Amino acid sequence: MYQYDEYDQKMVETRVAEFRDQVERRLSGDLTEDQFTPLRLMNGLYLQLHAYMLRVAVPYGTLSAAQMRMLAQIARKYDKGYGHFTTRQNIQYNWIQLKDAPDILADLATVEMHAIQTSGNCIRNISSDQFAGVAKDEVCDPRPYAELLRQWSSFHPEFSYLPRKFKFAVIASAEDRAAMRLHDIGIEMVRNDADELGAKFFAGGGMGRTPMIGPCVREFVPADALISYSEAILRVYNRYGRRDNKYKARIKILVHELGIEEFRRQVEAEFAHMHPLDLDPPRAELTRIQAFFAPPAYEPLPDGFDDSDPDFKLWADANLHPHKVPGYAAATISLKPVGGIPGDASAEQMDLIADLAARYSMDEVRVTHAQNLVLPNVRQADLYALWQELDAAGLAPANLDLASDIIACPGLDYCSLANARSIPIAQKLAQRLAPVERDLGELKIKISGCINACGHHHAGHIGILGVDRKGVENYQLLLGGSGAEDVSLAKITGPGFDENGIVDAVETVTNLYRKRREDGERFVDTYRRLGMDPFKEALYG
Amino acid sequence: MIILTGNDLKTGDVVWWTGDGWSRHVGHAVFVGSGEEPGGAAEIMHREEAARAVNGPYEVEATDEGAGPVPSHIKERMRAAGPSVRLDLGVQAEG
Amino acid sequence: MADWPRYRDDAAVNEPAVTLEAFLAQPEAVAVRIEPGADVRELVPHLARLKLVEIGFPTYRDGRGYSAARILREEGYQGELRAEGDVLLDQLAYMRRCGFDSFAPAATIDAGKAVAAIGRWPYHYQKAADGLKAGAAPPIWALRHG
Repeated sequence: MYQYDEYDQKMVETRVAEFRDQVERRLSGDLTEDQFTPLRLMNGLYLQLHAYMLRVAVPYGTLSAAQMRMLAQIARKYDKGYGHFTTRQNIQYNWIQLKDAPDILADLATVEMHAIQTSGNCIRNISSDQFAGVAKDEVCDPRPYAELLRQWSSFHPEFSYLPRKFKFAVIASAEDRAAMRLHDIGIEMVRNDADELGAKFFAGGGMGRTPMIGPCVREFVPADALISYSEAILRVYNRYGRRDNKYKARIKILVHELGIEEFRRQVEAEFAHMHPLDLDPPRAELTRIQAFFAPPAYEPLPDGFDDSDPDFKLWADANLHPHKVPGYAAATISLKPVGGIPGDASAEQMDLIADLAARYSMDEVRVTHAQNLVLPNVRQADLYALWQELDAAGLAPANLDLASDIIACPGLDYCSLANARSIPIAQKLAQRLAPVERDLGELKIKISGCINACGHHHAGHIGILGVDRKGVENYQLLLGGSGAEDVSLAKITGPGFDENGIVDAVETVTNLYRKRREDGERFVDTYRRLGMDPFKEALYG
Repeated sequence: MIILTGNDLKTGDVVWWTGDGWSRHVGHAVFVGSGEEPGGAAEIMHREEAARAVNGPYEVEATDEGAGPVPSHIKERMRAAGPSVRLDLGVQAEG
Repeated sequence: MADWPRYRDDAAVNEPAVTLEAFLAQPEAVAVRIEPGADVRELVPHLARLKLVEIGFPTYRDGRGYSAARILREEGYQGELRAEGDVLLDQLAYMRRCGFDSFAPAATIDAGKAVAAIGRWPYHYQKAADGLKAGAAPPIWALRHG
């Protein structure tokens, strides 16, 4: 994986010193809260429901064992012994004190980590495919391109006071495991007819108040122009994105209001102006970065392993992903125990996972946008031993992409923006559906506690949106969304439900699916074939 | 009726106005006059924020339940207690 | 070398900065003020006679002025480029990199702090207006590859 050189290290350390100075100025009164807010946000520090919250960047979701150990240490030393993995592959801590924040950033810098631009109206952490580099179906490893973008976007002098936040995702396979089309810019690395690598650019996707699937801006941007093309899009957005209304300030609104043709025309005009300015790093820089992502020393091994233990087989069938090297597998560690808090991991669990990564996965861990972790490089022969250790620590739920593998935002239990709690709904749903989840098959349930949609409810096969109805939590049900390559936006079924009613309602629609499904259909396929009406009928009679 | 809340600037703790300072316990909160009246909410908040005794103070609706004020809205009750899914954390865990 | 708040060695421009509309209508005007919503590219045909462009920041949160400044430098503008208004200490370094070479903050900034803030960053990851000049500090990727 990528390793800092003296420049990267110096930049992160400079940022720590800058933030330490800014915190001191805030505590002494030199800075008002209004002036301080964007500065702390650009270092990942929110003022949340119970305390400050710190969001630490996990660039393109890749961590080393040493980095994971540091995340555990921060949880113990500065927080309350746990952290929460997010839908943008980051980790956040819920009980941070402002006076400690500079020390935490300094600790992170010792393992080449930071919280730079994990919030604020700037370019956020670049997300990617959790199986990048090991997936059988990728045209290349997308992470070197994500790293190029990470460096370019860090401390960008023109794009740090954008109309609103800005999120990139970079993938390199036709199967979309990163909700790429639901990002401000989505990039799919592709090969053209001449077998050259380039970037297919999508822009204006997003969830939130006005969900949109990002249209394609350009089919093929040569890899050597990745930065200048991104720069052109950001400039058009910075100049013309709406600043009169926070809720209309994302790039999706600009793309929608201009129309994709006019937006594309403006981007291409800006690109024609910017590309000759030599803004793109030379090919040698990409090559330098790519060297860090060179495949590790895989052994020649045969495919296949003993899965005679039925409990292990359940886990292996659900949680393994094919690896491009024979004899290896990518194993997902589900952070979704039934009745648990989706995405939470204790410091002890993080330490154990770091240890397992060192012993079984060539020192690497990945974070997924579905709030799980992945050990990407496990020898198939080691899977059983790995599973036994995970199982002993409560880290072996065999539920990847099943009903209890629920994405849930922190909701009203932690978030000051939330209107309703998300986590208790996830817990009750998992308890209700876990006994039948293998029969239900792939079912992506996604829960948000407010319209900002951090829980991706628009992209759930079944989505749940918490709202505030006269001071009482109420939950709307949505059906038919997807954040994958079959991307679609879920539709609201009708009037909302209370806390118990929403659990019954989800069971009602899954029961209908079990009755009406045809061979091989997932829930979302049946919904798409039947349409909303029979589901409405079952729910509201 | 109105009580005042905000966060401690340095620690981020949720705090409530007690009449002569800020407490982590909502039960210690006092009801204050709303708005611009002399000695009312606006004056207290302005003074306390300027002294950095509190960060981002605002008014909260609450009722008097005998054992002290109870915020009317679930969000404020959550702030006062701690997360409903982690009863071992927050003020609620301190007994 | 000239220093805070004006990083230029030439004489200060004493002409009033007029609105973009007035500037375009007055062939003798040499100083213009740009508001966030204006299209700074309208100035491109007139760069030769321009001595001062003042870019207004009614609030520091409005980042359009950064693009306006960088565009002017990319188009070859060599005159004074002034950031005026809600210009705060923590934004100065980025403003310098976008091509601003003078500052008129609405609230006074201590000169020592301003100089320290502008000089804080030893390197940068990307080219901006500073990358247009010969002899300017190269971005990190250029340092890595000579």
